[in-house]
Amino acid sequence: MTSTSGDKLSTSQTEASEVERWASLIGGGAMVLMGLRQGSLRGALTALAGGGLIYQGATKQSTIQQAQEAIGINQPIKVEKTVTINKPADELYRYWHNFENLPTFMKHLKSVNVYNEKRSHWIANAPLGNSVEWDADILEDRENEFISWASVEGADVDNSGFVRFKKAPGDRGTEVKVVLEYNPPGGALAATVAKLFGEEPEQQIGDELRRFKMLMEAGEIATTEGQPSGRS
Amino acid sequence: MKAVCWNGANDVRVQSVPDPTILNPRDAIIKITSTAICGSDLHIYGGYIPTVQQGDIIGHEFMGEVVEVGRGVNNLKIGDRVVVPSTIGCGNCHYCQHDMWSLCDNSNPKGWIEEKLFGNITSAIYGYSHMLGGYAGAQAEYIRVPFADVGVVKVPPDLPDEMLLFISDAIPTGYMGAELCDIQPGDTVAVWGCGAVGQFAMISAYMMGAEKVIAIDRFPERLEMAKKFAKAEVINYEEVNAGEALKEMTGGRGPDACIDAVGLEAHGVGLEDFYDQTKQKLRLETDRPHVLREMMVACRKGGTLSIMGVYGGFVDKIPFGAAFNKGLTFRMGQMHGQKYMHLLLQMILDGKLDPSFVVTHQLPLEQAPHAYHIFQQKKDNCIKVVLKP
Ligand SMILES: [Zn+2]
Ligand SMILES: [Zn+2]
Repeated sequence: MTSTSGDKLSTSQTEASEVERWASLIGGGAMVLMGLRQGSLRGALTALAGGGLIYQGATKQSTIQQAQEAIGINQPIKVEKTVTINKPADELYRYWHNFENLPTFMKHLKSVNVYNEKRSHWIANAPLGNSVEWDADILEDRENEFISWASVEGADVDNSGFVRFKKAPGDRGTEVKVVLEYNPPGGALAATVAKLFGEEPEQQIGDELRRFKMLMEAGEIATTEGQPSGRS
Repeated sequence: MKAVCWNGANDVRVQSVPDPTILNPRDAIIKITSTAICGSDLHIYGGYIPTVQQGDIIGHEFMGEVVEVGRGVNNLKIGDRVVVPSTIGCGNCHYCQHDMWSLCDNSNPKGWIEEKLFGNITSAIYGYSHMLGGYAGAQAEYIRVPFADVGVVKVPPDLPDEMLLFISDAIPTGYMGAELCDIQPGDTVAVWGCGAVGQFAMISAYMMGAEKVIAIDRFPERLEMAKKFAKAEVINYEEVNAGEALKEMTGGRGPDACIDAVGLEAHGVGLEDFYDQTKQKLRLETDRPHVLREMMVACRKGGTLSIMGVYGGFVDKIPFGAAFNKGLTFRMGQMHGQKYMHLLLQMILDGKLDPSFVVTHQLPLEQAPHAYHIFQQKKDNCIKVVLKP
């Protein structure tokens, strides 16, 4: 699945293969599949973490979709991207697990404040100097392997995501996979939020993961910002 | 400071720009004492490299003196005399750690352009387009060197710049070109292009055990240099058919290995050359693959093509059937300078290699526009220009 909208999943063939892929990358299980049939990452992650919340997750998704369809926006931003980092999984997991580190390489985030083991507060940069905020809860946390999270009720932007760390073959380090989903809400915020990741969300997430890799491997993020040029 | 800025096809200017500053902990600032114009800079000059922007400082072959270091650099100090490799490697990624520095994962901050075009990201190169990182180049008074704690080579104070400068780019490129040929005793190696890289490829081929080296070019002064300094037999392709001549000089077999030291602006003869020139001008192909085609047909069965000339995009009318049926091996890439520089420096210090013979012109930085012009037009027997800031 690349950056895609729910409406691209219309044929049953596509749906089946999508479900297969998502199931395998998250870890499998019938509960997860039920969540995924609704096309919602949150549903899948919730299913994975708790089981009992699937129905709620699925319903919520359909409510959002109805609202989006009503105002002409049914484009949840869903992206997945993987990068291989020449470091052991535990080191990468540790850095990521402190969500307050995320803005060092995720340019779309202004700050993350961790309240406790479970809950954190996120502020993202939106276009024109605006920002959007939400609280998020960690849904599942498997040491050195997997972290999933989702925004809580009442978020400016309903969103969810997970990161998975998996040993790469040979001496190649760790494969880090990130999947994120943002559901633009209805109302005036919608247009702003739709632009959170610019025209090409996949590319932006790719850039952010690459910066994570640079930081973890080289200890700094390569840049050319602020260097001289002959442009006046 | 003064810097050579690209302002459009065939238009470079020496402009006043701000001095570079330390941007990252592993940066160093180098005061440049010598910087050369590389043959591949001509591709930029001519407007053939995509994503070069107006105002970009160009140049990637340089040496100088350390004037400032970031807090992450503890093996260099102010006053050190250094040569810097033209490709930028972080030293930490899988590729750098396996001595494939030009494939570095971490030095290109604009990697997404390359990822889209090429499917993967390769290392950045100073002053060589935004696709390859967008770093400010070396034809300037000062330059910021990222990851300065790896790759940068300290050199002794007693040798002149002209003996040391080319381990930045031209010598390792030529050396790697020969190394990729996997030369066996008795082999004949043909080298297309007798600029600095071609000359060093020929010398390296002999060092690695080639029995015969054949040089192909169209400029008499370059062929003369190949004869005199690189001890090559020569073919002027404007006078004879290079393919037939190569066959005759190799007992009808063809050379065991062929090195492309020309790249995307190759010149050919006749209809095919006209076809390439036209398509390139119309932007229907980005590269003129004349040398590639000729090598594929000329090489012996089971031989190797080593491609060091720069290609940037798409090539057309490649005789792939020849390559397939003859079982050719293709090896290529930007050079892994950091892998070779210490070895090459030692050769120079031991008196086994004196690269200064390639320098035909030494000019002040201010004369860069003139230097580009004569180098591109091959006027005034120009083979290699060193600019002095
Ligand atoms: Zn070069
Ligand atoms: Zn690297």
